[in-house]
Amino acid sequence: MEWEVVIGLETHAQLQTKTKIFSGASTAFGSEPNTQACEVSIALPGVLPVLNKEAVNCAIKFGLAVNAEITPRSVFARKNYFYPDLPKGYQISQYELPVVGKGAVTIQVPAVGKNAAYEKVVNITRAHLEEDAGKSVHGAVEGMSGIDLNRAGTPLLEIVTEPDMRSAAEAVAYAKKLHELVQWIGICDGNMQEGSFRCDVNVSVRPKGTEKLGTRREIKNLNSFKFMQQAIEFETRWQIETLEDGGKIQQATVLFNPDTGETRAMRSKEEANDYRYFPDPDLLPLEITEADKARVRALMPELPEAMKARFESEYGLTSYDAATLTASRDVANYFVDAVNAGADAKPAANWVMGAISAKLNVEEKSITESPLNAAQLASLLKRIADNTISNNAAKQVFEAMWAGEGEVDTIIEAKGLKQVSDTGAIEAIIDEVLAANAAMVEEFKAGKEKAFNALVGQAMKASKGKANPAQVNEMLKKKLGA
Amino acid sequence: MINSSLKTLSQMLAKKEVSSVELTQAFLNRINTFNPEINAYIALDQDRTLAQAKAADVRITAGNAEPLTGIPIAQKDIFCANGWKTTCGSKMLANFVAPYDAQVITKFDAAGAVNLGKTNMDEFAMGSSNETSYFGGVKNPWDFTRVPGGSSGGSAAAVAARLCAAASGTDTGGSIRQPASLCGLTGLKPTYGVVSRYGMIAFASSLDQAGPMAKSAEDCALMMNVMAGFDERDSTSLNREKEDYARDLNKPLQGLRVGLPKEFFAEGLDANVGKVIEAAIAEYKKLGAEIVEISLPNTGLSIPVYYVLAPAEASSNLSRYDGVRYGHRAAEYTDLMDMYCKSRAEGFGAEVKRRILIGTYVLSAGYYDAYYLKAQQIRRLIAQDFEEAFKHCDVIMGPAAPSTAFKAGEKVDDPVAMYLQDIYTISTNLAGLPGMSVPAGFSTGDDGKALPVGLQIIGNYFDEARMLNVAHQYQQVTDWHTRMPDLPTPQGTK
Repeated sequence: MEWEVVIGLETHAQLQTKTKIFSGASTAFGSEPNTQACEVSIALPGVLPVLNKEAVNCAIKFGLAVNAEITPRSVFARKNYFYPDLPKGYQISQYELPVVGKGAVTIQVPAVGKNAAYEKVVNITRAHLEEDAGKSVHGAVEGMSGIDLNRAGTPLLEIVTEPDMRSAAEAVAYAKKLHELVQWIGICDGNMQEGSFRCDVNVSVRPKGTEKLGTRREIKNLNSFKFMQQAIEFETRWQIETLEDGGKIQQATVLFNPDTGETRAMRSKEEANDYRYFPDPDLLPLEITEADKARVRALMPELPEAMKARFESEYGLTSYDAATLTASRDVANYFVDAVNAGADAKPAANWVMGAISAKLNVEEKSITESPLNAAQLASLLKRIADNTISNNAAKQVFEAMWAGEGEVDTIIEAKGLKQVSDTGAIEAIIDEVLAANAAMVEEFKAGKEKAFNALVGQAMKASKGKANPAQVNEMLKKKLGA
Repeated sequence: MINSSLKTLSQMLAKKEVSSVELTQAFLNRINTFNPEINAYIALDQDRTLAQAKAADVRITAGNAEPLTGIPIAQKDIFCANGWKTTCGSKMLANFVAPYDAQVITKFDAAGAVNLGKTNMDEFAMGSSNETSYFGGVKNPWDFTRVPGGSSGGSAAAVAARLCAAASGTDTGGSIRQPASLCGLTGLKPTYGVVSRYGMIAFASSLDQAGPMAKSAEDCALMMNVMAGFDERDSTSLNREKEDYARDLNKPLQGLRVGLPKEFFAEGLDANVGKVIEAAIAEYKKLGAEIVEISLPNTGLSIPVYYVLAPAEASSNLSRYDGVRYGHRAAEYTDLMDMYCKSRAEGFGAEVKRRILIGTYVLSAGYYDAYYLKAQQIRRLIAQDFEEAFKHCDVIMGPAAPSTAFKAGEKVDDPVAMYLQDIYTISTNLAGLPGMSVPAGFSTGDDGKALPVGLQIIGNYFDEARMLNVAHQYQQVTDWHTRMPDLPTPQGTK
């Protein structure tokens, strides 16, 4: 039997607000335990939540970015359960009426093996605001568990998709797209190691061609895309094998072990909590007006799709190049900065996607950490455009600039890479080459086209690579009467 | 002096006829004499109290006193007060010292009032007799064998016994008005959202509201001027312009339309209490009021609705008392679940547990729609009853409680009988309306003891100033509110 995997994602994006979602305590990461836990974070008797408007703005931004319905009147609800890192004994979340309703994102699924790359729309079911819990710290004091409430009350946007994805590659493409989007619109720093962007993946399998969804298992807290890919692949195989062996899938939460590459059930959902959701009487319903949306929209950066279209029309880039550059806001910004600093768009795009991207990959750096900034790239490209250096020489200059040896002109000077464009000098070299290679000249005159290229090569060699190749070509043609 | 109005005390302080320290000491002396018997206070801190009194005297001398500067006020032990033990009447918080101030405490401090101590109360404000307090019951100053009502029983007894000049209370289903009625005081539960709930330990968040308990309507007005006001730390606090609650005290009542809901005078009302209320209504007629028959048809549903919604919210509000961060933790336990279970089993009393169980049940999957949602729908109907009624009248009057103070122990084993104590008060909490209880006379029981009866006045939203006017005018022609119980001399003193 042929099987089909069905995948949906729930992503917790930590919102980039200065203070917590329901109090004035700081959200900064990595402080000493409980130093950022105010009376509200600790849930002292009598404290009350007050909604942070910045968190709401983040939710609106996200809703606008995925063309979603933004709920005019959403409601905060209490999710009741006991856990030591949950100070109130309930989490303030949204249940029946989330702030963001149905939306969609378009993902680019890369080519794998003989399968070509393709585009796909993933539907967003909802996104809601909620507070994060604290952390349990084990072993700080021997034999005891400690509670750190610094994170308690940090704002989260939980983004839920429809079960629209049909492979690990699609799920990872969606997660990467979402990861980039939340950073693009400035609502989340995307730091997966610090837990700012956490994905839970729901996986089920069913016989291909059937409609009914299989029983799902939820893979929790995957903190890298690589692990996500591995976990889904393992989980899919495991479910198919289990069913083929005549077994049944039990609904469960599973954890991925990066060391073994396996998923394993954490707890059975059968004994799941009854969370006793009800509207939080301490908070008024969250009302968002058209004016609120307009105000946030005005603060929004240009979205990736719009920017891609603009790169095509304004800079004449191909759809592929425009999509590649706008896959990351930092990359797009770098490109635009280079163009604004005087670089021609097409070569700038080629360099960003080519040499620079390759170097960054090798050095495992992001473009914001690039040793060569956009203005420096533009200065290099200008020297190619104005014929000061050849493309070949440019590669050497680029390497030197990357290594921090100086600015473009200094390096050209120091390395003596300046292209010879002086007609007299080039003519002298060509004359010498023609004199020394009479046989080749004869061959050319006899109709051997290849001899011409050999003569160009000789001339370039004689100039130590510095002669302007176009000029050499032209003058040689003239001399040979070709 | 201990029987003087807040206004008189304020004038005496201003004229230096008495200092705040002297006044405070006078009340502390009475507390030392009578509190061991009455048990109105849970926490006292004489040094801290006198330090506040000294500071008030400095402020008075400096000439920037406010009306309550230097006046000793008792605070219900439901308000967090920085450095004070704040127990909410529970073993769970028996050793909890609040590290911050409730907004109500902040406001009294800013006004220069002196905090005399924290008053006894039903555990987590759940009760109508003060008998659920972990710190023991409170005696009604009018008859030590009887309860003062609840949950603000300590505050009520403290004011009635003149162990403070006035007190704060809170009212979720009648916890200011019923004890005010049973102790012969004037008590006001404001419109929901008028007084900040920040730092007031939550019982049922959508119903809880703090207010004054005092000797007269005028005193309540002065207390309200301090307590009321928008607070950005309470999202349900209403951002309204500051008002002077005493501004209308002296308006004549000619033409006032008083609505009498027939449901408040039906079966269940003690006949003697009914007579006292009728006499009070007759007095209002003399003052020029016009009586209008009205109906609040859903009154009978208010108790069942309340005992779904209030426990639902309470079950969640009380989840934070888990033994992890503060409060009672069992001495021995095997694992986390055991620690939770033991700590909560030991820390909460029977009535609190009963309500947590009810609340957990009504919010559970499969029951939520039938209980919680249905109750919310009826809550709206109850509010609509009042909306309709206020088309025909300016204020609504009736009894505040169905009987006078009952004997200690009489209802502790019958929760439903206890819950019926709030039959006339609960509907205003459900609607969010303001209500008050005003001393209207006395009813003599089988044992020949005269016990106070409270007249309830219910106003429309934000009509507190008018209600205080209505009460004040009555207090100009009657003296029930000035009556004071004869306290038996405690044993061991002369």
